[in-house]
Parts: sequence; C-alpha cells; structure tokens
Amino acid sequence: MLSAEELKGYIMQGLACNYVAVLGNDGQHFEAVIVSPQFSGKNMVQQHQLVYQALGDRMREEIHALSMRTFTPEAWARSAAELK
Amino acid sequence: MDAQQMIKNQVSANPVVLYMKGTPQFPQCGFSSLAVQILKACEVSNLVTVNVLEDPDIREGIKTYANWPTIPQLYINGEFVGGADIMRSLYEQGELQKLLQEIAA
Repeated sequence: MLSAEELKGYIMQGLACNYVAVLGNDGQHFEAVIVSPQFSGKNMVQQHQLVYQALGDRMREEIHALSMRTFTPEAWARSAAELK
Repeated sequence: MDAQQMIKNQVSANPVVLYMKGTPQFPQCGFSSLAVQILKACEVSNLVTVNVLEDPDIREGIKTYANWPTIPQLYINGEFVGGADIMRSLYEQGELQKLLQEIAA
C-alpha cells in the first residue's frame, strides 16, 4: 500500500521542492502541499501539471486521488506571514 | 470519430462542460461531487456534463486532451480551466464566478 511518505518521496524525486507535506493513510487518497521554485511564473494548471509529470504513470496506476495545493516560495512566504 | 475530436467538438459547442464520474444527481466520486457543488454555487445555468464512466474512450482520451491525468475536468469556452482543486481555489478567489458570468453575459 502506498504511504504518504512514499508519495512525498516520488514528488521530490521528480520535482525540485522547497517543501512537501503529504497526508493520507488509506493508500489511495492523499492531500499534498507543495512548494517549488519551478512553479514561478506558471499558472495553477501548469503547476499541477508539473506535479503530475513528476508522478508519471503512478498517477494512473497507484494513486487514486491526489488533492493538492501548490505554492511558489514567494506565495508560500506570503501565506505564512498572513498566519502570523 | 476519435475521442480527441469528439472532446474538441463537445468543448467547442458548449460554453461550460464538466467531465465527471457519474451525473450531477448521482456523482460517483467525491471530487466530481465537489466540482458540481461549486458550479451550482456559481449558479451556472448552461452546464453540460459528460459522464466518463459511460464512455471508456472519453475517459482515457480526456486525460491526454489537456495533459491532465485526473477527473473531473472543467472547460469554459473550449479552454481547460482545471480539476476540482483549482476550481475550489478559483471559486474561493471569486475568479470562477467571474469567468462564468462573462460567458453568461
């Protein structure tokens, strides 16, 4: 069964990330927060496509559902500042 | 007609198309259900939905059409807008409502 930790590893292998958090313990449904400098200058569709690309065929075979929120390092710093 | 051409025709002929699992009345997946709820909250009147579970060719074809491996997928005026997560973000920012109002006007 796929664990959140393994999925996190797959994402980090395929995409340079500053921060990745993955939740989900049923092996099929996951939620991820991903911060990557590669997202800069890209819209949300393109950012999610980069993550899907990093996961490749696993997205079709192993992972039933992945809900994600993507941030550039700048947007991540802004949202962290708002929480303070 | 191949699936790519069929999808192209569907999203060109209809201003708002949602590819989903199941129907708005009986969604077969939580993400598809969320997508329908968001569109209802936007009071979209001209929604066309395609149940990918009824057509294996469309179900596979839609994943390559927009280079997007998951369902649901929303198209507005022939343009791919996003899946459930993006629809939710755009809705929370008020952007989805704007997009939908523009085509209704």
